[in-house]
Amino acid sequence: MALVIETKELTKTYQMGDIPVHALMEVNLEVQEGEFLAVMGASGSGKSTLLNLLGCLDEATSGEYLLDGKAVSRLNKKEYADIRNQKIGFVFQGFNLLPRTSAFENVELPLIYDRKNRIKDHKKAILEALRRVGLEDRMNHFPQQLSGGEQQRVAIARAIVNKPAIILADEPTGNLDTLTSVDIISVLQELNNQAITIILVTHEHHLAEYAKRIVKLRDGHVISNNVIKKRRKASGVS
Amino acid sequence: MIRSRQIKKILKSAFGSILRNRMRSLLTSIGIIIGVSAVIIMSAIGRGSQALIEKEINDLGTNLLIIFPGASMSGGVHRGAGSINRFTYSDVEKIRKNATLVNAVTPIVQSGGQIIAGASNWSSEIVGASPEYFNIRNWGLKYGSYFTERDVKISRKVALLGTTIADELFPDQDPTGQTIRIRNIPFRIIGVLEEKGQAGMGHDQDDIILAPWTTVLYRLKGGRYIDMINASAIATELLEQAEEEISGIIRESHRLNEGEDDDFTIHNQTEITQMVTRTSRIMTWLLGSIAGVSLLVGGIGIMNIMLVSVTERTREIGIRLSVGARAVDILVQFLTEAIVLSISGGIIGILLSIIVSLSLNSFSSIYTLIKPEIVFIAFLFSVAVGVFFGFYPAQKAARLNPIESLRYE
Repeated sequence: MALVIETKELTKTYQMGDIPVHALMEVNLEVQEGEFLAVMGASGSGKSTLLNLLGCLDEATSGEYLLDGKAVSRLNKKEYADIRNQKIGFVFQGFNLLPRTSAFENVELPLIYDRKNRIKDHKKAILEALRRVGLEDRMNHFPQQLSGGEQQRVAIARAIVNKPAIILADEPTGNLDTLTSVDIISVLQELNNQAITIILVTHEHHLAEYAKRIVKLRDGHVISNNVIKKRRKASGVS
Repeated sequence: MIRSRQIKKILKSAFGSILRNRMRSLLTSIGIIIGVSAVIIMSAIGRGSQALIEKEINDLGTNLLIIFPGASMSGGVHRGAGSINRFTYSDVEKIRKNATLVNAVTPIVQSGGQIIAGASNWSSEIVGASPEYFNIRNWGLKYGSYFTERDVKISRKVALLGTTIADELFPDQDPTGQTIRIRNIPFRIIGVLEEKGQAGMGHDQDDIILAPWTTVLYRLKGGRYIDMINASAIATELLEQAEEEISGIIRESHRLNEGEDDDFTIHNQTEITQMVTRTSRIMTWLLGSIAGVSLLVGGIGIMNIMLVSVTERTREIGIRLSVGARAVDILVQFLTEAIVLSISGGIIGILLSIIVSLSLNSFSSIYTLIKPEIVFIAFLFSVAVGVFFGFYPAQKAARLNPIESLRYE
């Protein structure tokens, strides 16, 4: 199977005044197509930094990063923007939907910036994405009319609408209750079953076990990398 | 295809965000609304009064030349026109006889006094002239007839009234044939002149009595000098030449040597027009630039509110960046918003100024004239204000860091 993500000694150092802070130290990570990877670690372990680098929101200090077989370590801002548009779908902890904008229009957002015009029929793609998260009947609702779980589903639909190579979910259940958390994880698991590659950042062990593999970070280093033997499955997911 | 779809999206998003903050958008645009309408109204008032003055000057008469006695300059020292009175009727005669570029000439003798008609009385200007005066001033009759060369020759005590005096002394009737007394000398009214209206500076041209110049000079005023000479050139293009010709004739008549200064001053209608229009043009520019300043202040208002908007929507910008918006997309979005704000303000301002100008025309004595090019310029200005003052906030938005903006609370 093809590698979607491959990092070689990926390092990120921040300058806090005069003191360099090593957020990420020579991380080597490989993610196969169709994988569901959970990244765990305490706060300050570097998992957010890793996600920002993988999501092309930030630039590595050193090391290599290959996304979908293409080196993306040293690109300009425009190219980063285009990669975020074409290859990556983000799901955030705080949902990050545009307020006073319908679910439909929120999902449409990545397509507005689709300069390659990869997706011809916007409406069809948006409806398809909403259908996959089970919200096609709510497409005209505004975020404030939706529950937290539903808002996160809209965010997931927005992440998949441009058919990205990978979905990066940063604590997607952090703002949700336990029941809804499992609900959202099951949506991700279902999408993964439909061959979408997912990286899930979480610090809750029971949620990480819905993934196929867990990578643990501490102080910017990968300290473990294990395939889950007894994987959790959400009810209703085959 | 994709371009137009994108433009539609950008405009939709701009209008969406403006309509979401209706009150704020309106308050922001008010600066532009006031600025644009002030520019247009001020220029309309300026243009209106200019047009009015131009019309009045044309009413003065066709190709009018006014010759005052007295040098404008004497030995390098300005004296003020009329400082030496040295016109006699022979000057008029010489111009009439010798000037080829002049088709009519009249002496003017000015006097004033109390006019009594029955129980009413009125104080007015009394002007003595020859019958050519009516030609030169292009002045028609309401009632009766003009006086004639014969009336001048025998200093007949006849008078023509301006409409103001006629209305004052003989309301709602044709006074022809009636008698008035000017300084106790009885004059027979032979007609009433057409209404000419106000001249510049509030001077009422119809508050006048016209009589043969000989009558005014010898029976009312006394002396032998006439106050000034009016003439009309045969064509507007020949005004300058006619002026030179008259100048030569009067110099010869006054026996002025080569090198000696003129002891008279000639004004022509174009000069007067130019002087007055220059004054009103300066006024227009002055008013216009004051109005322009308010447009500038309006622009600063837009910049201010756009900066607030960028800060408020930092998270939105982060979201847009995370789904693949380029910096230029964010720039265009916020710039479009600023321009839409200022253009809407501009359009409302134009409509407002048209309403104000029309109401001024119908409900006040101020005459306004809106020139299409001023409307166009004001509109362009409002667009330029949007671009100029929207650019900095938009650039600030476009330079935001995606990670930090996504974290922004």
